[in-house]
Amino acid sequence: MIWSKHSISSPSASAEPAPVDKLVLWLLRGGAGIAAALVLLILLFVTVESWPALRHISVERFLTDPSWNPGESKYNLAPMLSGTLYAAGGALLLATPLGIASALFIAYYASPRTAGIYRRLIELLAGIPSVVYGFWGLTTLVPLINQLHPPGASLLAGILVLTLMILPTITLTTHAALLAVPGEYLRGAAALGMSRWGMIHGVALPASKTGIVAGIMLATGRAIGETMAVLMVTGNVVRHADSLFDPVRTLAANIVLEMAYAMNDHRAALFVSGLTLMLLVMALSGVAGWLGRNRHA
Amino acid sequence: MKILSTTQYVMLAAALLLGFGWSLSGNAASQKLVLTGASTIAPLAGEIARRFESLHPGLRVDVQTGGSARGISDARNGIASIGMVSRTLKPEENDLHAHTIAWDGVGIILHANNQVTALSRQQLIDIYTGKITTWKIVGGRDAPITVVNKAEGRSTLELFLSYLKLKNSDIKPHVIIGDNAQGVKTVAGNPNAISYVSIGAAEYEIIRGTAIKLLPLDGIAATVVNVRNGTFPLSRPLNLVTRGARQGLIRDFIEFARSEQVHDLVEAQYFVPISVR
Repeated sequence: MIWSKHSISSPSASAEPAPVDKLVLWLLRGGAGIAAALVLLILLFVTVESWPALRHISVERFLTDPSWNPGESKYNLAPMLSGTLYAAGGALLLATPLGIASALFIAYYASPRTAGIYRRLIELLAGIPSVVYGFWGLTTLVPLINQLHPPGASLLAGILVLTLMILPTITLTTHAALLAVPGEYLRGAAALGMSRWGMIHGVALPASKTGIVAGIMLATGRAIGETMAVLMVTGNVVRHADSLFDPVRTLAANIVLEMAYAMNDHRAALFVSGLTLMLLVMALSGVAGWLGRNRHA
Repeated sequence: MKILSTTQYVMLAAALLLGFGWSLSGNAASQKLVLTGASTIAPLAGEIARRFESLHPGLRVDVQTGGSARGISDARNGIASIGMVSRTLKPEENDLHAHTIAWDGVGIILHANNQVTALSRQQLIDIYTGKITTWKIVGGRDAPITVVNKAEGRSTLELFLSYLKLKNSDIKPHVIIGDNAQGVKTVAGNPNAISYVSIGAAEYEIIRGTAIKLLPLDGIAATVVNVRNGTFPLSRPLNLVTRGARQGLIRDFIEFARSEQVHDLVEAQYFVPISVR
């Protein structure tokens, strides 16, 4: 509803569009074309680069090999796939309720002054470079978890750092979606004598659902693709994690860790992990789109 | 506007292709040298190259990293004039000539508060393969050992594995790291961790007060001095490799890199110059 496309074609459709409109139209077409072409080119490039590995290493070997030891021709990506999903999923489980609660607080509960300061703080959190989060995690969070359960560099540390990083994304997009709820809906709800929570639960949240889901998808993408911060705190051991305190390696971290020194099949196998990452993100956005269509048809 | 953006796109593509072609044609141009290979050597090679360029006006030396393996393959198929390889050449690589320009030692590091003062080779093997899991067995406090290993492909990992005669899949690590700095930070932040890094990098951090210490190996202290006099067991040569007989500019550059004129540069990178050995 609020995110639906607004048609702004000129009222007199028969008239020749103004030159400036024509210019803007072609400019926007060009920009959109480049953006779309870039995604396709990246996909093409990653596929071409991973082709040498895909050609003589069968696809199921990437899931069934005994381990990831490219030096010994073993290419099992499955533990990294699970590591990526665990880290991103855990961070989403923590950040989604926190983010939505923060946005509701800013939009409906805080005084304008508090809301302004709080919003600034969240925006600041969004602006911190990821490597700073990673460094903080490595020097503060990991030693702390190490006291609880060695070795400290673990799935838990990764989830906590990722939560911090995607929390502002979810908060800010949810807040924007809540602001876009038409005022008359809320006034109507108030006129019916609904409580504040009843208004939020019954009117504001359903009306802004699509926007909130879009924000969560954006955050998921960031959580799956985040590299440096995760690389510094998760320990990077290629193994299925049995508990929150086990180290994991994500697909993105695998590429950064090994790409500088990789040759031939090893290098191509790293591009396969990149391809897997892209397919994962595409599948997720596909599922999100399908969910969105089915709920709001 | 569509035409303009297409033009820009073509120009960008042309610029990329030009840059690519340029780097390929490196050894064809007489006034340009291309060095590729080990990231351990690259900063040193870059400094040497800058000094070499100031002595030879009109010459450009291009240094790119990509690991010892890339140095070997680029030197072999002529993409680079000189490859940088941070280990001795393997038997199957004897089609290439190696010229050592400096030495680097790899040292075992522990947290400064760890009571353990020495580990034998067998103890190291047992720790890294998961047979010894607590510091108590080797004379430390009763705490589990955090084994820190390097990522696949690093030459420090290769050197370490060949010293312990292990395969990487035998090692049971708790943490895997990328570069030396990350190793130093991981150990400084975890009193029960053990890792291995370049001695030069570790000595530099110790002087700056980072809470780590270097362990002696086979009874020999891990110092730059012992790498220099050749007694430290876990050390490696930093080589420039060339295909076939060296001549012209390539020979001049290698002789310059091996001469006393660059010793200050070698020492500034915490490596050990050759001719002092």
